[in-house]
Parts: sequence; C-alpha cells; structure tokens
Amino acid sequence: MEATRMPTPLASRARASTPKAVHRRRPWGRYLLWLVLGAGSILMVAPFYWTIVTSFKSQAEILRFPPTFWPASFTLAHWIGLTNLEFGSFPIFFRNSLIVACAVTGLVLLTSAMTGYIFAKFDFRLRGILFWLVLSLMMVPFSVTLIPLYVMMANLKLTNTLIAIILPQMCSPFGIFLMRQFMHSIPNELIDAARIDGASEFGIFFRIVLPLSSAALAALAIFTFVTQWDVFFWPLVIINDTNLFTLPLGLAQFRGRVNVDVGGMAAGSMIAVLPVLVVYFLAQRRFIEGIALTGLKG
Amino acid sequence: MTTMPLPLRHHLERQKTQQLIFILSVLIPVCAVFVAFMLYPMADGFYGSLTAWRAFRPGRAFIGLTNFENLFNDQAFLISLVNTFKYALFYLPGSVVLGLAAAVAIDASRRLRGLFRVTYFIPVVTSVIATSLIWNWLYQPNLGPINQILHLLGLPEQGFLRSVTQALPSVAVYALWKNLGYNMVLFSAGLSGISSSYFDAAKVDGANHWQVFRHITLPLLQPTMVFVVVTGVINTLQVFGPIYVMTGATVNDLPGGPANATMVVTLLQWLVAFKELRLGYGSAIAVVLFVIILAITLLQIRFLRQHWEY
Repeated sequence: MEATRMPTPLASRARASTPKAVHRRRPWGRYLLWLVLGAGSILMVAPFYWTIVTSFKSQAEILRFPPTFWPASFTLAHWIGLTNLEFGSFPIFFRNSLIVACAVTGLVLLTSAMTGYIFAKFDFRLRGILFWLVLSLMMVPFSVTLIPLYVMMANLKLTNTLIAIILPQMCSPFGIFLMRQFMHSIPNELIDAARIDGASEFGIFFRIVLPLSSAALAALAIFTFVTQWDVFFWPLVIINDTNLFTLPLGLAQFRGRVNVDVGGMAAGSMIAVLPVLVVYFLAQRRFIEGIALTGLKG
Repeated sequence: MTTMPLPLRHHLERQKTQQLIFILSVLIPVCAVFVAFMLYPMADGFYGSLTAWRAFRPGRAFIGLTNFENLFNDQAFLISLVNTFKYALFYLPGSVVLGLAAAVAIDASRRLRGLFRVTYFIPVVTSVIATSLIWNWLYQPNLGPINQILHLLGLPEQGFLRSVTQALPSVAVYALWKNLGYNMVLFSAGLSGISSSYFDAAKVDGANHWQVFRHITLPLLQPTMVFVVVTGVINTLQVFGPIYVMTGATVNDLPGGPANATMVVTLLQWLVAFKELRLGYGSAIAVVLFVIILAITLLQIRFLRQHWEY
C-alpha cells in the first residue's frame, strides 16, 4: 500500500472517503487522515477520561451543570466508599477476581501446553479423532452447558465457591489448538536428541518444549487472564454470596444505581479497568498480538 | 528392526512405554475434564430440553417436544429472537465497515500508526462489565454526559436506554466502540498478508484506488472477512453482559427493558432458568440458540467462500 504516483484527477476523486484519502502524495492529505483518526482516538479514550475525572469529584460537583473538565477539588471519598458498600467491599471483589483469573490462567497454560505438545509431536491411534473432537468443542455455546453445569455444581454442594468458577474452565479447546499450532514448528531433532541423552518425557517437556514456547504461552496467558478478569455469566449464576463476588459481579450491582452513585460507579469501574490498562501500556505489542491471535483460529 | 543389537531394542521399547505413560497421564485428566464439564452437560442439556425439569424438584418427566412447541407459541421467546437478530443487524455491518476502514486508514497513517493502533485497542482490553457500566452512565438522562453535550449544543434530550426504539441500537453503538480495535487489528493482519506484487501489477495496468480496493484488496481479504463475520455473528447472538448491565432503570427492574425492547435470547434463558426455575424450558431455549448458531455459521462459511472465490 505504498503512496502511488497517481495523476491528480484520480487522486482528488479518491479524497471523498477516509480509507482512500491516504494514497495521495500531498502531505495535507495525510494531515486530514490524522485529524480523522485523532478524532476517533478521542472517542476511544474520552469515556475513560470522563470516568476517572468523575471518580475524584465531590458529589456536589458531579451534579453541577455544565460539567467541569477537571475536578475543582479532589476527593477520595468515592474510592474510600468502595470498601463499604451496601452490597459488599471492592477489595474483596478484587481479591476474588485475582484468585479466579490467576488460577484459571495457570491451569489453562499447563493443560493447553501439555495437550498441545502431545497433539503436535506424538503419533498415536485416535489422535485425529480426538483433536477434531477438541476443536469442535470450540463451537459449543456456553448457554447449552449452563443449566446442567449449575445443577451439577448444586449436587456437588459447590455453589457459592470460587472452585465452581475455576473448575469448568481449567481446560481450553482454543488454548490446546493454539499451542499445538505453535509447537508444530519446534524441531523434532531437539526432542529426539534429548531422548538419546536419556531425558525423561516430562523433563523434555518442562526443560525444552516449554521454554521454546514462551511466545505462544505469553499470548495465551494474556488472552486468558483478560477474559477471566471479566468473566460474568457463569459467576452470576453460581455465586450469590457477596463475599465471593468477583469484580464484574460487584460492578454489575451498580446497574440501576448509576444515577444515584455516579462517583462510586466511576471509581469501581476504574478498579476493574486500570490494572489491565497499566499492563497493557507496559506491553502493548504482546497484548495486541496476544488478543489478536484469537483471530488466527479461522 | 530385527538386525538391531538387543540392548538398543530394549532401550527403544522402554522409551515407547515411557512415551505412552506420558501421553496417557496428560490426555486422561484433560479428557475427563472435557467430558465432565462440557460433553456430559451438553448431553444432559439436550435431554433436559425434552423433559419437565424444574429446579429443586426431584425427577424430570419425559415430555417429548412439548417444550419446543410451547417455545414457538411463546410471545416472549419470539420477541427475544427478533431482538437478537435486530441487535446483530445494528452491530455487524457497522463493525465490519468501521473495522476495515480503520485498518486501511491506520495502515496508511505512517508515523502515527503505532499510536493509533494502541489507542483504538484500549477498549478491547478493558472489562466488558466496567465499560458497559460507564456507557450506561453516558446514556443517562439529565446527569448522562451525552445528554449534557446535547443540551449544551441546544439539541433535544434523548431517551437512549430508556427509550423503546433507541435502547437496542444504543447497546449496539457501545459494542461498536468496544470492538472496533479488535476488528481493526484482524483486518490489519489480513492486509499485511497481501503480497505487494498484486498492487504493483494493478498499478501497471492503470487501476485507480477504488478499483484496487474493490478487485484486489477486498477479495484477498476474504479469509479475514469470513472470520470477522462468523465470530461476530456467534458473539452477537450470545450477547448477555452488556445488556444485563445497561438495561433496567432501577435496581429492582429486571434487565431486558424497557418493555422487553432489549430482551435477547440468552437473557431470556437466564430469566427462565434462574428466576422462574424452569430448567427444561431454559434448556430448550439453549438448544434452539445452538441450532441457529450452527446453521448460520455453516451457511456463512459456504456463502462467503463462494461469493469471493478467485
């Protein structure tokens, strides 16, 4: 998509729509493009800016019209208020979310890497059928398993436990697929050489295969953690004890209260958003690749 | 093999058993998890959809297709189906066009490309529930920033989530904002996969920008297009979180309002199963959703493949 040396009449025709406006040589065409994309960027960021600014405003200032673009006087009242809401406490929600997201990510990494390795590097009967079965599990909508899973957890007396959130998600068909694709490219010679040196199969996996797969593991870890940090439908069904609420469950309690407690809503949302954003800004490339990697499924 | 010295053969056999142990010690637990938490619940749900199954009551009588018959005479279910498809129609075309436009534009923006990519991707990495909540507030009457801006511009206040006609499109606009960066990155990856020799050849033939885009870029982006549309449909037909958080004016209102305007299929399933405790009927809704998603996915893959076959 290099800038082309187009005759001017065509070039001016192309100006009409943004995607086309880019191929022209005149720099002001590119400035226009920057302007449009810049306006889009503001739309992307504005809701977050408005939320974080609002979380530091006093209740009186929140109700003021026209609104202020910067808090006249900073107050931490809404943030402190989050520790003692009528429906629980955000530090506890945060802790629960962290437990769930870390546990699921760790388990998914381990099971995906090991299963992916086996599908990539071992030959055994039923391999084709098993792999096809795993792939087809990616197509199953959660709605289909939701009700029986709930009944199963109820029978096991596991409702209202974090285990019930973690357990059904510990193996990921997508993760297995991703790791298998990646581990295909690890040279067989490396693995065979280790076998000749007398390394055990587990040793080969943990000392050779796993370190060589760190790029794919990082991508899968980011994808899984971000998804689990946000997981909502299943916890909503299985948890109703506010001491076991995760952040999304706690936040959802603000629905219908948005108008009443704008400051609390703003601060609470930021608690869910900021940790992920900080990591995102530290590792943008990894992050974008990690989440966009899901796009390689097709 | 027969000519191998005996110790080496023993060694190889030992290796084979070691490998078998390794394979089984991984596959057996993983398969057990899949069977316990996916395959068994699936089968149980399919069977449950044929029974009169209620929570906290022992036993479930087999009633054949009664649940499905009732479903297609149930006004609430039909409304939820229509709403789900409406939502997909509000969201999908816009999301494909905007995602592609953003990808082309950002790829062409040279020095600022990195900055734009990172910025447009911010909503993608942030929490669905938190951002839905923020947009719920943006859309509020009086205190809501969007209505405040309209007011400052001298425009009439809008109902947005409180309006029967605007509620569903309002949620779709939120979803467009949330997922634009994701589609942008997918299309961007698709664009960078197109060999520049195609564009050079077109240039030699004197094609203009629109012709290049229409006859080269678009057809060669077909695999990305199939993926974006198929996953887009699968995800929109299952939308739950944003609608749960954004609808209902007070804490005591169930989601799906106003007047069922945002009642989608997954939300109805949740209400039927976990508020009305009708597990069999809820399972039947899930089965219908599953069949619809499966059919649309297969159709789309066929149609999109044919449409742009080279």
